[in-house]
Amino acid sequence: MGSINEKKEYLLEMKGISKEFPGVKALDNVNLNIRPHSVHALMGENGAGKSTLMKCLFGIYSKNSGNIYLDGKEINFQSSKEALDNGVSMVHQELNQVLQRNVMDNIWLGRYPKKGLFIDEKKMYEDTKAIFEELDIDVDPKTRVGTLSVSQMQMVEIAKAVSYNSKIIVMDEPTSSLTEREVNHLFKIINKLRDRGCGIVYISHKMEEINQISDDITILRDGQWIDTREVKGITTDEIINMMVGRDLTHRFPKKDNVPGEVILEVEGLTAKYQPSIQDITFDLRKGEILGVAGLVGARRTDILETIFGMRQKEKGTIKLHGKEIKNEDSHEAINHGFAMVTEERRATGIYSMLDINFNSTISNLDRYKGKAGLLENAKMKEDTKWVIDSMRVKTPSQKTHIGTLSGGNQQKVVIGRWLLTQPEVLMLDEPTRGIDVGAKFEIYQLMIELAKKDKGIIMVSSEMPELIGVTDRILVMSNGRIAGIVDTKTTSQEEIMRLTAKYL
Amino acid sequence: MEMSVEKKERKIDSKKVKEWLLGSGIYLVLFLLIIVIIAKEPTFLSIRNFKNILTQSSVKLIIALGVAGIIVTQGTDLSAGRQVGLSAVVSATLLQSVTNVNKVFPGLGDIPIIVVIGVVVLVGALMGAINGFVVAKLKVTPFIATLGSMIIIYGINSLYYDYVGASPVAGFDGRFSKFAQGSLNIGITEIPYLIIYATIATVFMWVLWNKTKFGKNLFAVGGNPEAATVSGVNVTMSLMKVYVLSGMFYAFAGLLEAGRIGSATNNLGNMYELDAIAACVVGGVSFSGGVGKVQGVVTGVLIFTVINYGLTYVGVNPYWQFIIKGLIIIMAVALDTMKYTKKK
Repeated sequence: MGSINEKKEYLLEMKGISKEFPGVKALDNVNLNIRPHSVHALMGENGAGKSTLMKCLFGIYSKNSGNIYLDGKEINFQSSKEALDNGVSMVHQELNQVLQRNVMDNIWLGRYPKKGLFIDEKKMYEDTKAIFEELDIDVDPKTRVGTLSVSQMQMVEIAKAVSYNSKIIVMDEPTSSLTEREVNHLFKIINKLRDRGCGIVYISHKMEEINQISDDITILRDGQWIDTREVKGITTDEIINMMVGRDLTHRFPKKDNVPGEVILEVEGLTAKYQPSIQDITFDLRKGEILGVAGLVGARRTDILETIFGMRQKEKGTIKLHGKEIKNEDSHEAINHGFAMVTEERRATGIYSMLDINFNSTISNLDRYKGKAGLLENAKMKEDTKWVIDSMRVKTPSQKTHIGTLSGGNQQKVVIGRWLLTQPEVLMLDEPTRGIDVGAKFEIYQLMIELAKKDKGIIMVSSEMPELIGVTDRILVMSNGRIAGIVDTKTTSQEEIMRLTAKYL
Repeated sequence: MEMSVEKKERKIDSKKVKEWLLGSGIYLVLFLLIIVIIAKEPTFLSIRNFKNILTQSSVKLIIALGVAGIIVTQGTDLSAGRQVGLSAVVSATLLQSVTNVNKVFPGLGDIPIIVVIGVVVLVGALMGAINGFVVAKLKVTPFIATLGSMIIIYGINSLYYDYVGASPVAGFDGRFSKFAQGSLNIGITEIPYLIIYATIATVFMWVLWNKTKFGKNLFAVGGNPEAATVSGVNVTMSLMKVYVLSGMFYAFAGLLEAGRIGSATNNLGNMYELDAIAACVVGGVSFSGGVGKVQGVVTGVLIFTVINYGLTYVGVNPYWQFIIKGLIIIMAVALDTMKYTKKK
């Protein structure tokens, strides 16, 4: 069974944690025990209670019952700062840094070393340098944080945790925007932390990583503790089954769409402001799902942006039904039947303070104009109802603020919004990022249904399994160029990985 | 092949030049302004004019330095001008000459200037604390919070002004006039005290911003309040402190302004906040917070004084000055934005 030996001493013990919000039991008697020298994966669908549990640990929420022990001593942090001072730190998913300031200012923020009245810059620099050397981080402590890559920023965050002598480091989706190589570097650092004796709580949706990096795994579902096991000997399917609580034998729906004639031809597309895409040529068929694979920085999104008129072209042609079109800006692209679901849902996809009705109809307002040029509520309500029904959005009403829905439901509203514009070519950029397994399945189902209705779909994704699971062909990008277009049925992960590195 | 390499190099060069231009644009603007004025009127180039410009900039600079710290925290302070006015009137009533027959407080003897500075700076600190409390504790947007306090402070000042006779307070003690209008003889030339005060204020602010914990926290709070909180920075306290400090700066500026002009009314300081904010913005202190340099603020203030003084000197219609000022504000911020937006 591989159950963890009870006698082992834990670094962090969270016992019987419960947290209630009005009307909801967010956590019900949940346990989490972290051994020293270990990476502990914390898994569960969105809304399973992972972040609530962490918020209870960091004192952002106060728990209703249960006890937390650090090194055998009971603790009850009131703030993240107190947790940090006691050696419990968090590397956030949305990195929390002062972008305008330099690296060392960020690391020592809140506890600058002083020499008399003034800050001791030299000590700051040297201490930062020492930690960077130990962790093998190649960043100048004097660089402005805003100029760093996401991966470098993350390493700075980890270094900050180390500078606090953290024993417990919580990492929330640390690889969600890293390249393969950066992920390897991160794992190297995680291993170093493990060697130092740290316990690492690793929150991720990516099954493949769990096997690779973690020692133990705890699974939550609907606020309940399901199991804690050693990772060795547990299969991905078992994990998924525990997470969703139903036998999800397939992570992907049945693929029964049939690609037809070519609708979109792109030839020699090169962006004006480099580095970006160069000489992109491909076609897209009716009823086809074309995946776009590549490492972060391979400029996958730039293809969509250039086609959609958000990015200026240097040269190249776009043909829809054999007729050349310009798509100088996104308004023109929408009129030509293109739709684009952006990657940063919170930043560019939803209007989180506004309701579902607004969010559903905003891209299609021309169609709701009545006689006097004013918008007609009845039509908008009807279309919103269509979005909610056909996308299976779980919401109390049309007037609900979209920001209060789960990520999966937000995404469904965004896709529904674009479908209202009756697009022929639907472009999706990381459509399942940060969405739980169950909702992912529904999004895949939706994509296949749309393909069956003769839409052409382009999907950029960083998740290999979903590319292989739902697409018909995969276009592999490498450093701004096409490294190859492969047939999904006959390709392998290895072939795609090889191609992504072709022009590096 | 060779040609393409050469082309590439030139491209990089032009990029660097552009970056340099964007980075030091405001210094260039100031330099060009002076060059143009000198070209038009060579007599402009004199120590006297130079000194006049610095003197005229001094009080404005002290106010601008006060408001700059607030802008760094993503805030703004519309009450700055009215705070200057309040301090000016209070200082004026406390520093009238004992021989003045119209003295508003005839029973009041000679009060040492340092005591009066203490009093007005304390009042300024109190006003700043109220602003800070409303912004940091009551979480009112700085624009609205200081819009309110701007009106309130004007009301308070006017009531006081009414109480002391509702006519301009003048006839100052000689020491006060000398404190604000006098200059220090250093042999070769005389340096107006105002320039010295402004220099001290500038150095003080520079050290505060760059070398102290409070300064660094200020930029952290302005750049990313969330990150600052998580790192244990007391955001509320940092905001309170910066408003208090600004209030003290305005108060000192108000005292100097009364002494410099030689009288004070309740309308003194009207719209000074806009000049100060404009100077900060032109000097590269970003409204989105977390960015700004003391030398930028100094340059911003100088640009506006040079426009005022220099263009008047060469005989440009003063109404044109408004148009030029307005254009410079917009251009400066547009350039600043260009620095941070990437082309797609």
